[in-house]
Amino acid sequence: MATHFFADTAALTGRSLRHVTRSLDTIITTAVTPVALMLLFVYVFGGAIDTGSDSYVSYMLPGILLITIASGIAYTAHRLFMDMQSGVFERFQSMPIVRSGVLWAHVLTSVTANLISLLIVVGVAILMGFRTGAGVMAWLVVVGILVLFTLALTWLAVIAGLSAKTVDGATAFSYPLIFLPFISSAFVPTETMPGPVRAFAEHQPVTSIVNTIRDLFTQQPIGDDMWIALGWCVGILLAGYGLAMGAYRRKIA
Amino acid sequence: MRTQQPPAIVVRGLEKSYQDLQVLCGVDLDVEKGSIFALLGSNGAGKTTAVKILSTLLRADAGTASVGGFDVATQPDNVREAISLTGQFAAVDEILSGRENLVLVARLRHLKGTGAIADDLLERFSLTDAGARRVSTYSGGMRRRLDIAMSLIGNPPVIFLDEPTTGLDPEARIEVWKATKELAGRGTTVLLTTQYLEEAEQLADRIAILHQGKIIVNDTLAELRQLLPPAEVEYVEKQPSLEEIFFAVVGETGEDDKYSAAEQPNAKRKTKSNKG
Repeated sequence: MATHFFADTAALTGRSLRHVTRSLDTIITTAVTPVALMLLFVYVFGGAIDTGSDSYVSYMLPGILLITIASGIAYTAHRLFMDMQSGVFERFQSMPIVRSGVLWAHVLTSVTANLISLLIVVGVAILMGFRTGAGVMAWLVVVGILVLFTLALTWLAVIAGLSAKTVDGATAFSYPLIFLPFISSAFVPTETMPGPVRAFAEHQPVTSIVNTIRDLFTQQPIGDDMWIALGWCVGILLAGYGLAMGAYRRKIA
Repeated sequence: MRTQQPPAIVVRGLEKSYQDLQVLCGVDLDVEKGSIFALLGSNGAGKTTAVKILSTLLRADAGTASVGGFDVATQPDNVREAISLTGQFAAVDEILSGRENLVLVARLRHLKGTGAIADDLLERFSLTDAGARRVSTYSGGMRRRLDIAMSLIGNPPVIFLDEPTTGLDPEARIEVWKATKELAGRGTTVLLTTQYLEEAEQLADRIAILHQGKIIVNDTLAELRQLLPPAEVEYVEKQPSLEEIFFAVVGETGEDDKYSAAEQPNAKRKTKSNKG
């Protein structure tokens, strides 16, 4: 059976990627909110925000990228929920396939769709004046962190998609995740925040990830932030994966 | 019938409850190889629960069940190799085309030549013209035909059809019946659930009635007829049934034209008159 894992996952991923390419609006909607936020912050609020950096769009882009991912994974929960509503899910479960392939297909599709949305957002940021001297290695690390963050949040989305009772419930879990970057170093330096808020902001996962990506873009030496960021991503990923697989087994047992 | 072979499906003392509600309270049944077995019952009688246990989607609380010689609880992978499930709601992917649906299932069954398999089934189920279209544009009957076609891929020896005609119009229902009879003609064992008495009468070699979680009757149609009071001869003016009126009005009496009619879901009226 293990030998079929890759073949089954590939076949099922091909299927759900077709769902994405045939409703491109999901990728565009994923990119629209972050792009609108970017426009709002750069051209409306940005003038009043003092970050100590030359280009506000470059300063905020890491946070915007995380918002993009947080809104993108809601579609994974949505697609998984819709699969379970239709008979397709039961058909797959009654076939001689590797059952975890059904979830992996959704996860790989999520990574692909989110990478496309991220590309659109970065493209718009470049048009708005985002510049970086980051080399190939730095970019690879940035992409690596973003993929890891996407994987971590996607497994959370899988839990939501599997356990939701309604389609709204399946996607609503992503709202707090979209909001998290606002209480972080993504838009304003945390030093400006009052004590308790600052304490939260500095110790939640988004800040370390944002700081790491920002340092990579501005070619600053990367400090402990990178390891904290990796710790958060891997920790959420493992916890999410474990809980999602547990929810899946309860669902199909 | 080849009664010497071991039955394709053997169920003994099957029980299943959802919280306080006991759905199956000790179901026993045997289904002979290559036969069509109808499980008849009203809504909520436990038909779907039984099918889900037999197709490894649910675990029974008690009792045993084997399909194709494999135990559903301990050898689920072998059972899944031996079966196909056509669930209560057409298990087709709406966003893919009909052909892509078939290719996907063929790939998941690890077959070679998936394109040829898909084209062959499209042909067999008169879906060739619609093959490249998204399934969301299909009529109910076409969807069901595709659904059944998907279940045939890899020639599984046992097929479960869970209320295959619920929600279908009369024409589509007859299409499904025809496909089911063809299946059994090729030696496939079919376990069919239905709430329509006529469907069981039309298709089944053997009929079991599931009532309040138990099989209360399990016989051939001829034997079942003997359970009823003897036929009385009366002279009654026979009014045409609504079904007869329906077919008279839409002009669908010929066998050959049934599929083409369903392929034009938007056609309000057939202009061509049939020879039948």
